[in-house]
Amino acid sequence: MNRWLPFEWIAATRFLRAASLQTLLIVAGVALGVSVIVFISALITGLQNNLFRRTLDLQAQIVIVPPEEVARPLRAGVEPGRIATVVQPRAQRLRSVDQWQAVLAQVRRLPTVTVATPVVSGPAFVVRGEAIQAVNLTGIEPETYLRLVALASKMVSGDAEVGTSDVLIGTELAQDLGVDRGDKLILRTTAGGTATLLVRGLFDFGNRAQNQRAAYVALRTAQSLLELPGGATSLEINVTDPFAAEDTAVVISAQTGLDAQSWITTNAQFFSALAAQSMSNVIIRFFVGLSAALGIASVLVVSVVQKSKEIGILRATGTTRRQILRLFLLQGGLLGLMGSVVGSAAGWFFLFAWRTLARNADGTPLFVIDFDPWLFVYAAVGATLVGTLAAIFPAAQAARLDPVVALRG
Amino acid sequence: MADPAVDTLRLVGVRKAYAIGTRAEVEVLHGIDLTLKRGEFAALIGPSGSGKSTLLNLIGLLDRPTGGQLFLEGQATEELGDEARTRLRARSIGFVFQFHHLLPAFSAQENVMLPLLAARGRRDDAMFARAAALIDQVGLTPWAGQRPNDLSGGQQQRVAIARALVLEPALVLADEPTGNLDTQSADVVFELLRRVNRERGTTFLIVTHDPRLANRCDRIIELVDGHIAADGPAPVLGGAGAITVP
Repeated sequence: MNRWLPFEWIAATRFLRAASLQTLLIVAGVALGVSVIVFISALITGLQNNLFRRTLDLQAQIVIVPPEEVARPLRAGVEPGRIATVVQPRAQRLRSVDQWQAVLAQVRRLPTVTVATPVVSGPAFVVRGEAIQAVNLTGIEPETYLRLVALASKMVSGDAEVGTSDVLIGTELAQDLGVDRGDKLILRTTAGGTATLLVRGLFDFGNRAQNQRAAYVALRTAQSLLELPGGATSLEINVTDPFAAEDTAVVISAQTGLDAQSWITTNAQFFSALAAQSMSNVIIRFFVGLSAALGIASVLVVSVVQKSKEIGILRATGTTRRQILRLFLLQGGLLGLMGSVVGSAAGWFFLFAWRTLARNADGTPLFVIDFDPWLFVYAAVGATLVGTLAAIFPAAQAARLDPVVALRG
Repeated sequence: MADPAVDTLRLVGVRKAYAIGTRAEVEVLHGIDLTLKRGEFAALIGPSGSGKSTLLNLIGLLDRPTGGQLFLEGQATEELGDEARTRLRARSIGFVFQFHHLLPAFSAQENVMLPLLAARGRRDDAMFARAAALIDQVGLTPWAGQRPNDLSGGQQQRVAIARALVLEPALVLADEPTGNLDTQSADVVFELLRRVNRERGTTFLIVTHDPRLANRCDRIIELVDGHIAADGPAPVLGGAGAITVP
């Protein structure tokens, strides 16, 4: 007997050890549940983080665009009481954000904003000999834009520090045009701009369409090609907490009068898919937790019946009802704790196996799973709590036992 | 230590009735008056169904009477709540059962220590020493670390006696303490009880069906149909008027 342990702890551990097979089976049951929770939670969290990373790596969290141009029907000459019933929406021209430098300076002063950069984007054609391909041209300031999106990390050849006579293209486009780093390309726009640019680097976004359609040039080059001298078609912003981007977007809209769109509103379907995934995770946890709780409760109910004589002896020799109650609550908690320790280890093993076995064709991990140590702490605390709660009914049953009846067996 | 001037146990008109079904009640003890003075060594005898076990449960504070008063070391017990009754029971009463009722998950010495552990909440060295001394007194030091299932019936009963004495109770209630033992073991156990009674002044009330055992007590209380039919000093075994229990 350990001298510092209280009476209830000593008795609870002895009772559990005395019924070793029963204890082993229920610990195995709880462990299985905990391992499923740990594995599924880590898997879903890893999957979600991976989706977030992929989504946010290549897009700004907030984009400020000029207000849409609307049609203003002329009323002059219309007979009184008669107005046009159909107003054709106006085609949107490529326009700059009005006074974007001032807006950018204002946005950069917001405490939640980590980086803000001007962007000019519009349609263009890439020409190489007989080949011609339509692309979405994006003019960037590399020093700020590369802090905003993970373009630099997607470069498979060259670098992303694009200068005024450089262009970055995707690997698919490079293949279609038969060019490589160091070759020259002609860029033409519908606005009439033409420039011959040097391929500074090739990127791979892991998406064929994007690799075929995206082309990055310096901000000034894009302004010149798209006939928007000194302009910026949008301002792109990142904030400290991506999930609070909508709040900052609202503040920016209110302060500037411009349309600030957060990635949360522009990716609503993505978010509803994530919410559904999170909900399924919660449901799995709930039912696994419930089955573990029922397992512990049923074992303890049986234990109370089996040990009724021992409870009677303890009561006769001076053990109070409260001590009996605590003794059985402790048994429930201990079963949960032991199950969670074994289950966490098993869950960790499953995750390790998953990380080793689930790989893409090129040998890279299917997606990155983070081993969050807090997950194990939560599992331990959760399982101990579930075990203790599950023990309430059997513990109360044991505490209520009439010692005379219990001793009679 | 108990006050010698105060009776260890005093029962005044104690009644016990059990409900049968929802309405009918059967009274098994009909107004028991009984006093046990400090250091008395008494036997409680009577035929099966006479109410001996019921009376023992009431005296042991394991059950509550439906009428009358029960004083333990001068303290009235009727108004006490469960917690207070448990603490009083632990402090004042030791139990020795026919089937010893030791906890199989604990060693002999740990079984002796359990009432102390429950009372104090945590183990200390003095507790261990006290249990070891009692185990020694009952002659079981070599078996102190053994589990009850590894001990003989007589040894188990001696462990149970040591456990009953660990909190130095004023009163020990023994329910057929030798009923499950062979004659030799029964003698050893009985002599142990007598020795404790002589050396410590502990009061004993021993329920028995064994006339040989009853006649070796100082006083015999005979319970018949819920009444005390006889109460007096025990005759010498085999002498005139020696009690024979049916």
